[in-house]
Amino acid sequence: MKNPEITLEPPVDAGDGLVAQQMVVNMGPQHPSTHGVLRVELTLDGEVVVKAVPHIGYLHRCFEKHCEQMNDYTKVVPYVDRMDYVAAMNNELGFAIAMERLMGIEVNDRVEYIRVIMAELQRIASHLLAVGTFGLDIGAFTPFLYCFIEREKILDIFEKASGARLLYNYIWIGGLMNDVPDDFRSDTADFVKSFRPKITELNDLLTENKIFVERTANVGVLPAKVALNYAASGPMLRGSGVKWDLRRDDPYSIYDRFEFDIPVGTGEKGTLGDCWDRYIVRVREMEESLRIIEQALDGMPDEGDVQEAIPKKIRPPAGEIYCRTETPRGELGFYIISDKSTSPYRVKARAPSFVNLALLPAISIGSMVADMVAIIGSIDIVLGEVDR
Amino acid sequence: MGLLDKKFHDSNIIVVSLEKALNWARKSSLWYMQFGLACCAIEMMATAASRYDFDRFGVIPRSSPRQADVMIVAGTVTLKMAGRIKRLYHQMAEPRYVISMGSCSNCGGPYWEHGYHVLKGVDRVVPVDVYIPGCPPRPESLLQGFLHLRDKIMNEKLPVGLDASHPVVIEDHGDEDIRVRPASETEEHKKAQIAFPQQDVTRKKEGA
Repeated sequence: MKNPEITLEPPVDAGDGLVAQQMVVNMGPQHPSTHGVLRVELTLDGEVVVKAVPHIGYLHRCFEKHCEQMNDYTKVVPYVDRMDYVAAMNNELGFAIAMERLMGIEVNDRVEYIRVIMAELQRIASHLLAVGTFGLDIGAFTPFLYCFIEREKILDIFEKASGARLLYNYIWIGGLMNDVPDDFRSDTADFVKSFRPKITELNDLLTENKIFVERTANVGVLPAKVALNYAASGPMLRGSGVKWDLRRDDPYSIYDRFEFDIPVGTGEKGTLGDCWDRYIVRVREMEESLRIIEQALDGMPDEGDVQEAIPKKIRPPAGEIYCRTETPRGELGFYIISDKSTSPYRVKARAPSFVNLALLPAISIGSMVADMVAIIGSIDIVLGEVDR
Repeated sequence: MGLLDKKFHDSNIIVVSLEKALNWARKSSLWYMQFGLACCAIEMMATAASRYDFDRFGVIPRSSPRQADVMIVAGTVTLKMAGRIKRLYHQMAEPRYVISMGSCSNCGGPYWEHGYHVLKGVDRVVPVDVYIPGCPPRPESLLQGFLHLRDKIMNEKLPVGLDASHPVVIEDHGDEDIRVRPASETEEHKKAQIAFPQQDVTRKKEGA
């Protein structure tokens, strides 16, 4: 039987009497560095990538079908969790805000502040995973372990509040599942205090590491124009120097009350928009998230019922809404059509990973096959979100 | 304590059955295939990382199925992926084990009813040794699953039809021509009988 994994193209004349052959190689779906079950079909000329075609659908879990089939809007929230499983809190927040805008629900300040703290903690946890596995892909094992020590601390805070480590079902439409425990404030403050020096440690370990810089600088360069044309968002777009963050440009929840910077790539180590720039944007975003958490902890009111705005029966008026929020991976949009019944008529999720992944063919052409790992790692895809 | 144990009491020799020795070696270094499918893969990574530290049990990730002993099916198995999983399973060398981690791979989990593209349980394509419930299971659950697998391996017997008290020799003549012959029929055994004839007689008397 012919092996379908490796095929040879007809030989082409490479000049000077040399005959070269292009080879098609499958990367994935079982590959330790594809962050899940992505399959990339690479056409190689020697070691240089001529063409890269991502194949998706290995984790299609019928998200939209489930939304329509659930007989209650509250039952959609757990499926939203499982879409981007690395940043579940941010996804819940996006869905809750979309539904609240559709129904005209106002939530009180305590809910808003807790939501923002949770979302920013989740952003740090997600970036820690992204940075850790990015290092792991390139061959640095130690930063991965260091990142996970800190990540576990965040998960502890989440666990105390919601009871779960990864998929929380904590942010509900109109409020929260329950109030945070009494020591939430001190736990979070402790974490913020202890995490700042750890970023410096991470920088020493990975950011300035000679091998790491050599592997990531000038690799997978994404010019800002191309990024905009492909509708990229999140660190992918900001790594190319475009200052675009929905938290500032289209504020939702209470993000307009906080002061924070939007880190962008500057091409410090190589070209603007390379893998290193996308990496450093994530690291600096963690610092900004810490700033937001600190301000939110100061402003968080002690009084307030977190469940007061939760409707008894969720029956939104007929209509449609598109609501976008900034998750660690970029712009997550929910397009919801309601037909006045208890379940949505249609839910469409605009997943940032899916859109960012579309850039892979554009930025990987001409790179070495070994650099594919760095490029995929720097896009930071979550396949649950790509396939939905 | 048997006679053999007493004889080697002061030396660095331990007397065990072949079965036990093999099982002990197998359970002590279970290498798993680093193969995450969905959400559970993040918990699998967390188990391998700093706090839970899989390495304590000799469990380390391998990227290739050829080097792996155990496959953790961590996450939702879709119909598109099911064929791949079966293929990867067959690429693993025996003895091989499968741990089904999380509700999705146990039975379809939250996707069991309307998930038109989700396989309702990975045991429909590969045999599963240990099921771990949870969505996703905590790292402690995964560790417990591994401990169960270790127990299971420790209770394994030599291949069916073979008796531990009657050793056999497996002769590989290439291709699929593999023959099993009782060890007592081999040349080496016959030579040993001439050299130490008494040994066999005593064993027979004791009923071994």
